[in-house]
Amino acid sequence: MTTADTKKKNKPNVSELFGKIFKRQIFIPIAAVLVLLLFNLIVDPGFFSIELTRNSAGNPVLSGNLITILNNGSELAILVLGMTLVTAASGGQDISVGATIAIAGSIILRIVCGTDAKADSASFGIVLVAFLVACVASMAFGAFNGALVSIFKIQPMVATLILFTAGRSIAAWINNNQLPTVSDPSFGYIGGFIPGIPIPTPFIITVICIVLMALLLKFTNLGLYSQAVGINESSSKLNGINPIFIKFLTFVILGLCTAVCGLIKVSRVSGITYSVIAQDIEMDAILAVALGGNALGGGKFNMAASIIGAYIIQILTTTLYAYKIESTALSAYKAIVVIVLVIVSAPAVRNKTKAFFAKLKAKAAAERKEVA
Amino acid sequence: MKKRILAILMVAVVMMLGITACKSGDKKEDDGLIKVGIINNDPNESGYRTANDRSMQEMFTEANGYKASYAYSLKNDEQIAAAQKFIQDEVDYLLLSAAGTSGWDTVLKDAKAAGIKVILFDRTIDADPSLYEASIVSDMAKEGETAVNWLKGQALKEYKIIHLQGVMGSAAQIGRSGALDATAKELGWTIVKQQTAEWSAEKAQQIVQSVIDSKQSFNVIYAENDDMAKGAVAALDAAGISHGVGKDVIIMGFDCNKWALEELLAKNWNYDGQCNPFQATYIHDIIQKLQKGETITEKTIILDEKGFDAATITQADVDNYGI
Repeated sequence: MTTADTKKKNKPNVSELFGKIFKRQIFIPIAAVLVLLLFNLIVDPGFFSIELTRNSAGNPVLSGNLITILNNGSELAILVLGMTLVTAASGGQDISVGATIAIAGSIILRIVCGTDAKADSASFGIVLVAFLVACVASMAFGAFNGALVSIFKIQPMVATLILFTAGRSIAAWINNNQLPTVSDPSFGYIGGFIPGIPIPTPFIITVICIVLMALLLKFTNLGLYSQAVGINESSSKLNGINPIFIKFLTFVILGLCTAVCGLIKVSRVSGITYSVIAQDIEMDAILAVALGGNALGGGKFNMAASIIGAYIIQILTTTLYAYKIESTALSAYKAIVVIVLVIVSAPAVRNKTKAFFAKLKAKAAAERKEVA
Repeated sequence: MKKRILAILMVAVVMMLGITACKSGDKKEDDGLIKVGIINNDPNESGYRTANDRSMQEMFTEANGYKASYAYSLKNDEQIAAAQKFIQDEVDYLLLSAAGTSGWDTVLKDAKAAGIKVILFDRTIDADPSLYEASIVSDMAKEGETAVNWLKGQALKEYKIIHLQGVMGSAAQIGRSGALDATAKELGWTIVKQQTAEWSAEKAQQIVQSVIDSKQSFNVIYAENDDMAKGAVAALDAAGISHGVGKDVIIMGFDCNKWALEELLAKNWNYDGQCNPFQATYIHDIIQKLQKGETITEKTIILDEKGFDAATITQADVDNYGI
């Protein structure tokens, strides 16, 4: 009798608990990460091994698939910080980020290499100056996009289409259409490893960016305001928020994120190829925001879920590279996984599951009443 | 009312000016220069294209007896529109590196009817050969064969190859992959990994990294362009694997970028196959022959392409062939 009683008592509790977990937006992205990692664990247990090895310069570095994921997912994770804000405030996406990364990278190399498109030495000072100039330029391009969207009320995708089309040509023009390369190994530290620190530098930069963004959201009203603007522009205006400024600001912040990505990208290979650098990253960034369960039409957002969304894409890429998959079929595999993930994390599906668990709960409550 | 009349008058004046401007533009200057219209792909596309465009710009100058106009696009329809414009401008020669292989018949027939001679460079098209005078192309399959023969000549004890492919379906990818696939099958070479890095250094780096992480051994990296070879080398450096002449892993690239040939000179890489962008001299020769009234017997002209070995490359090669 007592056991049956507790059983009946426990049952609604369990479903309540699950209901609560499912309700959380971040649940689906975390579950997706776990499923992908579990798949790798089953197929190849060695996937998770991490080793401390030495690179060619004799410095200790960590290596392994997990490190590769954290390392190569950096640019996307940094980019979604800005993309999530833009999506929330403007209800649209910036598709020019890949092109702006090319511009930022080109500016950095232009300053480091000068006019001969070649640099044998790159001091810390000049790289810093180059990076700061790139930041200003990228923010200016962000401001351009932001002005089109906020002041002229152009659809974000259409407004950013301009730079999407012209950006890579601008990047090539900055360097006089040459392909500059830097042969100083210290330039590669930013996209590789700093001697003595075995953790990949891009990951460290990502952590710094995430912390900065968390502080920004915690200590300012930016998060609240951009959600308010995204949900209802006119009512937020009535409440004293300036929607034009908020939208404009989110694009400028995204511009800053692209400059950081540009620095990491050009450092990874100590050079640039205008048509190839950060190719399709805008689509991956939008996808990451969607995988995080955020509504692409603007409004409420969950930054942590977006960041996890970015790493999901990288886990998927690394997983696909780790197995013998035909080159021609690579994109098809990726597409299948992405379709499943996007459908599962769509707000509509989430509401349905929420309703399902609410029904379960009601049923359990009714049962409890009957017993009583 | 007054305003409207004024506006109409102004429009009329502008139109008149336009017409006269056109007329003065139409006046044919007979200065003995050969008029060429050059349609090329966007020079930003790659280092190869930049070098290709530079070779054109250097050759077709007034000093060499040419009056050249250029049109750039990566889109076939825009290129066709540019070709129609050149036909209207009555150029003597139309030089064409087509973005796509089809859709050119009509416009080339128009060119023929207008007495304009067409020379294709760099890329072939699906059109009747009677519509053009000559076609100057790279033989990508031959580039691949030259590279694979070089690799065969290294006589390694065993071949364990990472094969980094370009964008699937591009002519360069098909030619360069085909040669390796055939020989690997014939001689029983192991392909440890065959994956497309889509010409991107970063993707190549990730692919090679994934092979290293899965602890598979390999001793050759066959990258279908220099950028991908560079990305692969970055992954090897991070893992402390030695590469180059007399080292653990052989590095092979294509396109002969200047920086890549310098890597060869420093013995960090082993081989680089040329994809010759210097086509202007070939075109110049053909135009000179046609001007003299000679006929071109061989329609398809295959460019001379070399493969450089780190053991024999010299600084002069870097200066002459680097793009």
